[in-house]
Amino acid sequence: MPKFVELWVYLSATPLFGLTATLVVYVLAQAAYARLGHAPWANPVLWTVVCIASGLLLTDVPYPSYFAGAQFIHFLLGPAVVALAWPLWQRREELRRRWWRLLLAALAGGIAASGSALLLAWALGLPAEVALSLVPKSVTAPVAMGIAEKIGGIPALAAVFAVITGLVGALAGKYLFDALRIPVNPSGWAARGFALGTASHGIGAARALQVNADAGAYAGLALGLQVVLASLLIPLAFRWF
Amino acid sequence: MQALRGLAWLLALQSVGELMTRGLSLPFPGPVIGMMLLLPALRWRVVREPVSACADFLLVHLSLLFVPVGVGVMTHLSLVSQYGARMLAVIVLSTLAGLAVTVLSLHLLQGRPDPMGKEGPDA
Repeated sequence: MPKFVELWVYLSATPLFGLTATLVVYVLAQAAYARLGHAPWANPVLWTVVCIASGLLLTDVPYPSYFAGAQFIHFLLGPAVVALAWPLWQRREELRRRWWRLLLAALAGGIAASGSALLLAWALGLPAEVALSLVPKSVTAPVAMGIAEKIGGIPALAAVFAVITGLVGALAGKYLFDALRIPVNPSGWAARGFALGTASHGIGAARALQVNADAGAYAGLALGLQVVLASLLIPLAFRWF
Repeated sequence: MQALRGLAWLLALQSVGELMTRGLSLPFPGPVIGMMLLLPALRWRVVREPVSACADFLLVHLSLLFVPVGVGVMTHLSLVSQYGARMLAVIVLSTLAGLAVTVLSLHLLQGRPDPMGKEGPDA
């Protein structure tokens, strides 16, 4: 099979490979997710990451040559963060009416997530730069990278932590909310969605959107709020202490 | 064409944001400044219509955009093998704490049901 090996070596080194692999695996994972009735454990991001990462490891393709193609998808995170203004603007009436409650919940949730991460990391004896990379993990990945850089964490690690955090929220949210007896009515959906957007950003929001339109709207709102709050407050908090 | 024009707006605002955060050494990442600039600009139709077409597409597929970074976990395998279980424990517990605190505080604060999305189109 030397021909095949040669071809593989060639293909895996072109940007085309990373881009194609990301899209094809994601589309398949998305189809499987729909087939399985959107079960939380079948989360398409989780399985796409697992499949691609293990595929690369097995075939000895280094991450940078994968990223050479995948960067075109990664790049869209920037404009996507700017685009978050759109769901916020759509809910401006809602925001104006209930801003103090939403702000209070967003602050409480953000502080609980970041504070407990820092405390637990310290209690479990994780190295300082790992602990600092854990602090911004409930914010969407590109912003978490920026914050981690500002407070002395490792940006790449912060991004991975943010993705795992999103997955944990998307996987466990439903069970936690049911256990806490949050009702399944419009106000309950709003609270569920808002919590998913606050504690597990875009991946949680994608999950919320899938389950209920109200939950999805509130998740988008929470995600946007958390981006602003965290990028303002986390660096400030670390400047003071 | 609308969506393309929207993407141009988003990229232009992101660029302005990057320039402002570098130039004025602000605590926000560039795209966040771009988002805060876009919010008031959405009152104008020339901005709103193209941006909404592009934003809806980008945000529906938001979770795909996290895949390249997520795969990056393979570059930290040594850290993962050394601290993996502890890191995962921190992430799981702190995420559950964040979810629980947010959902309970909003649920207690909002009291009566107050559905939204009745007046406007849903995202």
